[in-house]
This record gives sequence, structure tokens and C-alpha cells, in this order.
Amino acid sequence: MSTLEIKDLHVSIETEQGTKEILKGVSLTIRTGETHAIMGPNGSGKSTLASTIAGHPRYNVTSGSITLDGEDVLEMSVDERARAGVFLAMQYPVEVPGVSMTNFLRTAKTAIDGEAPKLRTWTKDVKAAMEQLRIDADFAQRNVNEGFSGGEKKRVEILQLELFKPKFAILDETDSGLDVDALKVVSEGVNRAHAEGKMGTLLITHYTRILRYIKPDFVHVFVDGQVVEEGGPELADRLEEEGYDRYAKGAGAAAAPVAAQA
Amino acid sequence: MTEITTEKARIGAPSAQPFIDGFTEEGESLSPINAGSKAPLAGASAKSHSHGGGVGIPDSSRAGRLTSYKLADFKPLTGMEEDWRFTPLKRLRGLHSEVLAGAAPTVVVTGPEQVTVESVNRDDQRIGTAGIPEDRVSANAWENFAGATVVTIPAEFEALTEISVDIEGTSLEAAAQHLVIVAEKFSKAVVVLNHRGSAVVSENVEIIVEDGASLTVVSLQEWNDDAVHASSQQAKIGRDAKLKHVMVSLGGDLVRVTPSARFTAPGGEAELFGLYFADAGQHLEQRLFVDHAVPNCKSNVLYKGALQGRNAHAVWVGDVLIRKEAEGTDTYEANRNLLLTDGARADSVPNLEIETGLIEGAGHASATGRMDDEHLFYLMARGIPESVARRLVVRGFLNEIIQQIKVPSIEERLTEAVEHELALTDN
Repeated sequence: MSTLEIKDLHVSIETEQGTKEILKGVSLTIRTGETHAIMGPNGSGKSTLASTIAGHPRYNVTSGSITLDGEDVLEMSVDERARAGVFLAMQYPVEVPGVSMTNFLRTAKTAIDGEAPKLRTWTKDVKAAMEQLRIDADFAQRNVNEGFSGGEKKRVEILQLELFKPKFAILDETDSGLDVDALKVVSEGVNRAHAEGKMGTLLITHYTRILRYIKPDFVHVFVDGQVVEEGGPELADRLEEEGYDRYAKGAGAAAAPVAAQA
Repeated sequence: MTEITTEKARIGAPSAQPFIDGFTEEGESLSPINAGSKAPLAGASAKSHSHGGGVGIPDSSRAGRLTSYKLADFKPLTGMEEDWRFTPLKRLRGLHSEVLAGAAPTVVVTGPEQVTVESVNRDDQRIGTAGIPEDRVSANAWENFAGATVVTIPAEFEALTEISVDIEGTSLEAAAQHLVIVAEKFSKAVVVLNHRGSAVVSENVEIIVEDGASLTVVSLQEWNDDAVHASSQQAKIGRDAKLKHVMVSLGGDLVRVTPSARFTAPGGEAELFGLYFADAGQHLEQRLFVDHAVPNCKSNVLYKGALQGRNAHAVWVGDVLIRKEAEGTDTYEANRNLLLTDGARADSVPNLEIETGLIEGAGHASATGRMDDEHLFYLMARGIPESVARRLVVRGFLNEIIQQIKVPSIEERLTEAVEHELALTDN
């Protein structure tokens, strides 16, 4: 049983106009076996939260904490976080020219496990996982994400999720840009990983569509860098019907979103 | 200021005046004399990037470059010449100034028995068919070489295994070398020039690709640290013939290669690839020339380099000339440099001269930079430590060239050689 705990997190970025605060005090606790959905309109800070947990250098944590089973995640380098069990399925996976998927997957697995995977079982595992995600076998020989379509990139992110077996999976808008078939395939992958019972999931999404396939235990609504409402799966249903308008209306264009809740 | 801005807005037009003393559009002029000179043919005007031929202005068109078999026709070098301005002449160890009387590196050729290998005298009629020296160091080798090795792939013969030309240097006395490679009509072969050992040598390599032939030449410079090597590799490409040329420079104190491809009949195709890895103190220079003189030929140039360490210096100058007659030409050239540490320097100058508008396409590109942080982040977010991630990215960057060779044994060897270079980065 593991716990990923985010406490009063404040995050800013440097822009041409100066420092801009994106997250304004976010608290969230995720435990093994739980699925949390974070929903919110564009620009609410959902992806910033994901990238900050993974340690992207663009985001500065000005105050607050992130801990994994009590260990200070913010003190860890990007690769240390991954080895500690944090996995970020990226919204826009980058292409890494000249590095084959096979080589990349094996190198990463070796780094995460601290030892090289047994060649025979590893090759079999990769093959099976690729088949389940309907990724063509020839992708193994191709360079990381190079020339992959948007949907293919997302499937390959989930492939890594299934192979690396993290303690916590953060899915940053994995559903965006996917057609229904691809969405099902990707969701099944996440559910398979989750069913092993050793993973907590933070699902970040703009739309409720993916929540038909991945059932959240908790739903958190993000507006302007803060959680403005929390609830169970029924909150997602309500968002499906009503959208985010009611948050925006009360907030009066990002001036005082907290006041709207008060 | 307004005038200068207007001038800059005309892409490719020469600046009347450099923004910074000593800097022209072509980069830094390394000669201190040029910067302050008031002579009409010196400084920026002489080095301007012209597309029009510029009669009477030296170096303004690649077509106007002096070529001669005679050393005396080339003036002694000062370092101010357009094609020598990046080269530290002192480190040429006399290749430009002395009689090249040293023993040439030994040449051993292995390959299929159908391939003929001959040692010939200077008066052999095949010598001089593919090229005329274009600079003083090449002319010096021409003047001084004792004998040449001629490798001939017979007509219609398709070699299934590669032809290895092992060139082993054993002395640091300035020497001259001459090689001729002839791919006869409709033949197909891969020739690998392995440069190893220690040498101070100026080398002329003539490459004749006859009609319908398909030839790959891989030139590997894996010299010892003390080697100095200038290599002019000139190819003449016949009708519907295909040349793939891969230049790989890894070892040596100073390596300056000047490959060129000249199309002599329509339908020819040339691919010029290059890979270099410059370490601290190393000077690796590549200047290539693609001469589209006939219609409907295709060329593609891609050189990629990695640099690390103090005073690691790479120079890439790519000249592509599309002459008036060369209608239907399709050409692209690009150079990419990855600077791995502080203190390294890459000069990159893609030059494209177009004398006819009736072409399929023409492009040139150059980019020099540090490693992409997003690549590193992606790999590190998968648990891969930074040092390993960096290696993966560099390896991947250079792999694009290695993958072009298509000879597994050489690809493996090069991958290992690159690994070895990368191991040096980690200390």
C-alpha cells in the first residue's frame, strides 16, 4: 500500500510577462488501488500538476509538498521519481530520433528495476502487451514516437505503463485526440494495469468520455489552479450534463474562484 | 540602421557592411587583416554570398574556383583564403608548404576476386579522369605522389561483400597519397576506405561512377591522435549512375576532407552523408561540393556532428551549385551539430547557388545547438539516469547517418566507435 500525497502545492512558471502562478494551493492524496479523476477547463492547471509531479524543469514549486510514502518527491531528480514509482503518461510524447523503441523500453525497464529484465520473458511480455494494445509489431524497430500518429503515441505511453508497473500512474489527457476505438483500447490497458492492485491512478482529463471506460473513485474539479469541488463518480455525471460553466459563472472570469465556492 | 535592416531583409544578399567587425554573413572572418582592410576585393565584398556568378570577384561563385594539377598555380596559403579561413595552417604540418616526400601510408585492398587492384605509375591514363585539385594541399599531393592504387569494379559485376581499402599510416613525415576507384558500367559495390594509424598525409581519391553503376564509398577516419589528414575525394557520376558517399571522421588531430560530386550526364544521383565526433582540441573540417552541371540529377547531403571538450572544432561548408544547364535538378543539403559541452565550436555554412529557375527543388539547412531538454525529460521520466539519457540522444542523433551505410559489420563498428567517444564524455 502506497500513498502519494500532495499538500498545499503552489507552482509557478516563468513567462515573457514575468512569473505566473499556475497552481494556487492544491492538496490531494492518492492511495494504491484508487483512481482519481482531475477535471477542469483548459488552462486550469491540470497538466501543470501532472508535469510538476514528474519533475519537469519548467515548473517551479514555490511552496507545498509532494511525498511518496513519506519520501520527499520534490527533492528527487526526474529519473529518481520514475524509479521511485511515478509514471507520467504524457499529453504530447516527444519523438526521440535514432533511438529504437526496443532499446528504449529495455533501457528504461533496466533503470526502473535496477537490473536488466530476463531477455526471453521480456521479449514475450513486450510482444504480448503490444498485441493487447493493438500496436503493430514493427513499432519495436521504429524510433521512439518518430512518425507515430497521435493515437499511436498514446498507446505507446500505455504500453510503457503496463511494462514498467509504476506505483502511481498519472495520465495527462491521454484521451485527447483519440477516436472511440483507440480510447477503448487505451482504457483497457489502464484497467489491466489497475486490476493488478498495485497501482494508484491520477487521471487528468478535459472530457468525461474516458470516464465511461475508466471508473474513478474520486473526482476533483480544477478551476484556476485550485480544486473547487470534490466528489465521487456522480460528480463526473453532473459535469457531463452541465459542463464547467457554473464554475466560470460564479467565478467572474478567474478573478476570485475561491469566493465562488465559499 | 534602417539601411542595414533593408539589406538584411533581402535573403541571400550580401551585406554591404558587417554588423560586427570581422563578421560577414558567412560567419566569422578569422583573418584579422580582412576586417580592417579597405582594399576593394578584401573583407566582406570578397567573401559575399552571391548567387549570380559575380565575374571578377574571387570566391563569389563556386564555379569560379581555381583548379589545377600544378602546385605552382596555387599561391602559398596565408589563412585568409575563403576555403582555408577556418583551418589552423600551423597544424597542417607542412602539407601546404613542404615537399611531400614521406612514405605514403600502406594500402591493402581486400574484396571479391573479380575486383582488380593495381599499383600504377603517375602516367597511368586513369589518373586525372575524375578530378583536378581545387586547393593547394591537394595540388601538393598531386605533384608529389609516387604511385597510385587503382581499384576497378568490372562492368555489370555486383559485389556481395564490401571492398576494404586499409590505409595504414606509420610515419609522421608529410606524405602524398593517390587512389582511384572505378565502378564500371552497371556495376554495384561498396568500397570502404579505412584510415588508421599515424600519418601526415594529403590524399587525392578519384571516384569514377560509370553509366548505370551504383557505388557506395565509405571513408572512415579513425586515425591516431597525432594524425593530420587532408583528403580530396572527387567523384564523377555518369548517366543514371548512383553514388552514396559516407564520410566519417572520428580520430586525428586535424582532418580536413573535401568530397565533391560532379554530374556529367543526366539521371545521376548522389547522396553525401557525413558523421563526425570532435573531442577536445580536435579540428575536423568538411567542405563539400555538389556540381549540378547537367539536367535531371538528384543530390542529397546530410552531415551530422557531435562536439565535446575545449577547443573541439568542427567546420562544415556545403557548396551546391546548380548551373544554368542543370534543369530539373532536385537537391537538398543539411548540417546538424550537437554541442555536448562548453568550449566546443562548430562553424556551419551551407551555400546554395542557383542559376536556373527550372528545377524540381533546392534547399539548404543548418542547425547547431545543445541537446533538446524535452528529449532528456522524456527519457528521464522513464527512470533513465541523465548520463545514460544523454548518450541515448547522441547515439540516436548520429545513428541517422550510420543507418545509411547498410553494411552491418561497418554499422556495428561505427556504433562501437561512437560509444567509445561517448564514454569519454562521462569521464
